[in-house]
Amino acid sequence: MKILVTVKEVAEVDDEFEIDGLDIAEGSLEYDLNEWDDYAIEEAVTISEARDDVEVVTVTVGPERAEETIRMALAKGADRAVRVWDDAIEDAQFLDVDAKAELLGAVAAEEEPDLVLSGVQAGDDSNGATGVALAETIGFEWAAVVNQLDLDADAGVASVHRELEGGIEELTDVDLPAVLTIQTGINEPRYASLRGIRQAQRKPLEVRSLEDLGLDPSVVESPLERTSMYEPTSESDATVWQGSADETAESLASLLREKGVIEG
Amino acid sequence: MTVLAVAEHRRGDLRDVSLELVTAGRELADELDTDLAVAVVGGDVDAFAGRLDREGVDTIYTVSEGEEFNHGVYTQAVEQLHADLDPTALLVPNSVNGLDYAPAVADDLGLSLVTDVVAFEGGDPIEVIREQYGGKVETTYDVEADQYVLTIRPAEWPAAEASGDATTEAFEADIDEAALGTTVNGFEEVAGGDVDITEADVLVSVGRGIEDEENIPLIEELADALGATLSSSRPIVDNGWLPQNRQVGQSGKVVTPDVYIAIGISGAVQHVAGMKGSDTIVAINTDPNAPIYDIADYGIVDDLFEVVPELIEQFGGEAPDL
Repeated sequence: MKILVTVKEVAEVDDEFEIDGLDIAEGSLEYDLNEWDDYAIEEAVTISEARDDVEVVTVTVGPERAEETIRMALAKGADRAVRVWDDAIEDAQFLDVDAKAELLGAVAAEEEPDLVLSGVQAGDDSNGATGVALAETIGFEWAAVVNQLDLDADAGVASVHRELEGGIEELTDVDLPAVLTIQTGINEPRYASLRGIRQAQRKPLEVRSLEDLGLDPSVVESPLERTSMYEPTSESDATVWQGSADETAESLASLLREKGVIEG
Repeated sequence: MTVLAVAEHRRGDLRDVSLELVTAGRELADELDTDLAVAVVGGDVDAFAGRLDREGVDTIYTVSEGEEFNHGVYTQAVEQLHADLDPTALLVPNSVNGLDYAPAVADDLGLSLVTDVVAFEGGDPIEVIREQYGGKVETTYDVEADQYVLTIRPAEWPAAEASGDATTEAFEADIDEAALGTTVNGFEEVAGGDVDITEADVLVSVGRGIEDEENIPLIEELADALGATLSSSRPIVDNGWLPQNRQVGQSGKVVTPDVYIAIGISGAVQHVAGMKGSDTIVAINTDPNAPIYDIADYGIVDDLFEVVPELIEQFGGEAPDL
């Protein structure tokens, strides 16, 4: 069987940052593997290790810079990678959920996976919608926010727990093929071994353009237009104690005594 | 025209976000100068319709299909209702279940989708506001589409309270059972374990700033010295450093202690949802812009590894060697 894992390189913002026009200034950004995707990769690799007929393929929409992140996924045990990029994508203001689903869907249509694992959301855009939109695009079944997965590939069913709000989990059987969006905490993502990192350099990483995928450049167009980005005005009216650690600790201690948290 | 909002319920209870959706829906309907319709799918629809009959709602559509949420049923029912009402805006909660069907409906019907909306303004085009980069910035988007789907962040709009005089109509959806590819078999509650953090008067709560499992004893010692209960934000539980029953937040427990001390917690919206009802909130965090300070009453902008040992000493304890 084949598992396709969607992997995103996300931008993380420094504590002190600047906004340049409609986005964060490049100098304030660091790039990393999306946290949720790390768990999705681990889940796929764990399944592939338990069986001898599983191929794990990653798909990423991202510029050449993202290859460092993709190699990390390969080092953790994915077998090969597809990276989608194009001038039309580069020129787009941003990619909306529909565009992402179309791009990933075109790769899924070629790869014909049995299972697609994606992260619940990306840490930068926080749409939380691409996995389910992808499922609809390619005609797969789906489940959002999965924090436990038992795969019965022969029966064609994934038995999952969906993490609902308030400490409640929904137990659901999902027909394959399916897209599952993976929640953090489902497993313990491994660190890439030195051997894995070396091997990753030799694993196939294929770059595909819109034309390669048979997509029209209009696929990245969106009815949404970003019109501004700004720092939210702080609503803080907190009393912030100033001074050295022993001084601030003393202020807090006095407060806690006042509140009766502790006697004397 | 029309704004259509879809309510959410679980295990017999209408979820609070449903009444918040009524408020948001009425606000948008006013912007668009149109009606507000509310739909409820599955469960005891008549009882839910009674609770949804709030000021500002024009029509309530009940879809009597199934007991609990099933995304296949919801997708089909909402799409059929959408075809019938032809609404400008479809509003869905930005919840785990909302995000399990709204993207499918939007994709299938070719509607533009914006998730996790915290505010909107104007009608033509509507401008929506959402947060990005972990809440560090807000972004605005013009939605240049005749019809669209917005998922509404919980607890951003107040719940609609005043009773209304809506018309309730049963909507007969034609559900293709054979097309349902998922079966919901039941629910499971996260184990209670050794301690109930919702009962505590004082919580000492630890987050990502603690950096390493080996540093957890520092916070345990503080909790001991204060006679307080230890809790945490999500990453600590995800890493397996503390059990799940200690987790405060949207997917964990909602707590309302007298005093909540957040240590090394940035205050992501999912965490804040679980502790904002605390009487007094104290934050210890190195980042003065961390959102936790928006709701904190007191703060210490300093390194927790400097402050916490001093605090332990203040209460006659001894900071562990890390």
